[in-house]
Amino acid sequence: MILEARDVGFRYADGAPVLSGVSFGVTPGRSVALVGESAAGKTTLLRLLLGLRRPTSGVVLFQGQPLPTGHRAARPFRRHVQTVFQDPYSSLDPRQKVSRIVAEPLRALGFTDHGSRVAAALDAVGLPADTADRYPHEFSGGQRQRIAIARAIAVEPTVLLADEPVSALDVTTKVRVIDLLAELRATRGLTLVMVSHDLAAVASLCDDTVVLERGRVVEQGPTSEVLGGPRDPYTQRLIASIPRLPR
Amino acid sequence: MSLLSVSDLSILLKSGEGQPIVDRISFALEPGQRLGLIGESGSGKSLTTLAVTGLLPPGLRATGSVLLDGTQVIGARDRTLDRVRGHAAAVVFQEPSTALDPLMRLGKQIAEPLRRHRGLRGAALRSAVAAALDEVALPTRVAGAYPHEVSGGQRQRAAIAMALACRPKLLIADEPTTALDVTVQAEVLALLDRLAAAHDMALLFVSHDLAVIGKVTDEVLVLSQGRAVRTGPLAEVLSNPGDDYTRSLVASARRLDAALDLTPEVSDDSRGA
Amino acid sequence: MRRRAFLVTGIVLVAVVLAVALLSLFWTPFPAADTTGGRLEGPGAHHLLGTDKLGRDLLTRLMIGARIAVAVGAGAVALGALLGGAAGLLAAFANRWLDDSLAALLDILIAFPTLLLAMLVVAARGASLASAIVAIGLAMSAIVARLTRVLAKRVLAMDYVTAARTSGVSWPRIVWAHVLPNIWPTLAVNLALQFGLAVLAEASLSYLGLGPPPPNASWGRLLQEAQSTVLTAPVGAIAPGVLLVVLVVGVNLLADGLRDVADPTRRRHR
Repeated sequence: MILEARDVGFRYADGAPVLSGVSFGVTPGRSVALVGESAAGKTTLLRLLLGLRRPTSGVVLFQGQPLPTGHRAARPFRRHVQTVFQDPYSSLDPRQKVSRIVAEPLRALGFTDHGSRVAAALDAVGLPADTADRYPHEFSGGQRQRIAIARAIAVEPTVLLADEPVSALDVTTKVRVIDLLAELRATRGLTLVMVSHDLAAVASLCDDTVVLERGRVVEQGPTSEVLGGPRDPYTQRLIASIPRLPR
Repeated sequence: MSLLSVSDLSILLKSGEGQPIVDRISFALEPGQRLGLIGESGSGKSLTTLAVTGLLPPGLRATGSVLLDGTQVIGARDRTLDRVRGHAAAVVFQEPSTALDPLMRLGKQIAEPLRRHRGLRGAALRSAVAAALDEVALPTRVAGAYPHEVSGGQRQRAAIAMALACRPKLLIADEPTTALDVTVQAEVLALLDRLAAAHDMALLFVSHDLAVIGKVTDEVLVLSQGRAVRTGPLAEVLSNPGDDYTRSLVASARRLDAALDLTPEVSDDSRGA
Repeated sequence: MRRRAFLVTGIVLVAVVLAVALLSLFWTPFPAADTTGGRLEGPGAHHLLGTDKLGRDLLTRLMIGARIAVAVGAGAVALGALLGGAAGLLAAFANRWLDDSLAALLDILIAFPTLLLAMLVVAARGASLASAIVAIGLAMSAIVARLTRVLAKRVLAMDYVTAARTSGVSWPRIVWAHVLPNIWPTLAVNLALQFGLAVLAEASLSYLGLGPPPPNASWGRLLQEAQSTVLTAPVGAIAPGVLLVVLVVGVNLLADGLRDVADPTRRRHR
């Protein structure tokens, strides 16, 4: 297991539990979807997996070790695990050039050859080299998401944690970004953990699926089984609700 | 005569700069008929619906003709449009919060158009509000709640109840389910379908999602960069998309749809719960 | 191009006032306390802009006033920005308890009348230019702090800040690289506005005798003094008024212009 949640629970000091008893594991090279609707606790779980918050019960393990606390201690973990967010507008600082945005993790994690790594990352996500000298607002939503992906892969992480990476994109753009993520997975052996409510994207990208409802895991297993033959009533309802194209 | 007749509608910046944002679109809706406007971001689909009700934001102007229930909307004064809005056409937006007053109880907000347009008072008004809530499958107690006290799906149902209060001949729904969870989306789509049929209401449904549009209408108009690139029955558009844009749109939608056709492999019972 | 013209106008207006203020340190037509002129003389060859009630040269007083205006405006803004900016950032990062306490403190400070605050400062330190700057700067820092807090919180909620955190970027570095550049445009425009308000606030303090002591008078005091003789010697009221407007407008144009130049999203659409 490269990343594992063991009986993870989370509650705010003054509120009802957001997550309780969540357990699942991610094998290196596999892709796992955390599926659920609003209030399922997906985003909180992602923040726990990123070590941005500590679980109030249970533990998150990276390579068998509890996530390190402290800025310095967490650096090796940060090198291995990078993130892509849902909203490509909020995830890129409007006042920085793309070169600086993509170089940020490189600088923070002690890499030296920024220029060549930024160029390689932009090339890997299919953006022209002159992208580096421009500002985010000059790009479309799909291109911005590619820039965000370039930033995430610049340090050559082993795990990519993606929070609804294609949900804000138009249909045609969505398909292209899904293809890009699939390609990066294949060529770099990336482990992908994707939080999403978009089951088509999940079915396209993820080997395994964990279904969350109100902070609990209701069903998990290979995607083909969970989405193809759901056993839990909630999963069944979720799948039945997806609008399908007329035959 | 058509209920809604749009011909050569263009939307431009008032300053006259740049290309038209919507470029010579034409379509018509008969009473009770439904049409889906499909397009991606920047296609002009939302602006088209705003132009139909004369609600274009300042800085934009429309040319061409929009005849709504016999009234020319383009160039009309607000007083003329006030008579048309609500009665001839009502709008439901993507984000129900924008249509609801956050400081007013939902029951009162639904009562307002009933009082103003149908002249109901007292007990008659109260029972009409209850009926309106019932129609959109909201429990009566929602009338006493403020918008932030109910779920997103319930807010959208309340917004629909308000839109229907004056029994419009045309309901315009602009991405009404995009902000909702998929299970809630299915319920709201079914509700819109049922209500439009029950009141013989025409429906102009705007979406970026072919599968969603397919739940409420069989006729679509595909918009790309402000132009109508394809129109016809949905099934025909899917099987024979025609132009390049529609082809890529349909191919993408089909791929995502096909990804959902999963069959469980021979189970080794590796599943937990 | 029009934006550029505004920026250039702002630079010119501010530069003129700044130059006059600097010049007054070395040279004025008459010594500040010289009362040899006639009372309320009109503009003439000897006294270019005429004299006041006590026979002091108006041009001299205006030049010294420029120095005071710039000192009060710049000093108070610098103090307010440093103190307020730091407190606002602290509140934005603080946990809920500290944030609530700071927010309450700021609200009290903002509700506290500037004049009362000024009187306290003057009571503690005596009436002087520095006291006026400290009093106005303190009052301003509460407003700046509240604005900084809101703006910084908005930036901290952005995904690019989370992305920076998940890349191991330290908090000080996040403030420097993301928070400050993104809050600065709004803050700068507000500070320019505060600059004008500070100059005006100083005028009120002077009127109450809480400003810099005579013979150095600010434009605000010149205005107050000219109030009673505005019909017989209008230049005495018009000149400081015009200069006040020139400075305030100049600073605001400058701030707007700088904001636009610094903003990549605006630069393209010029």
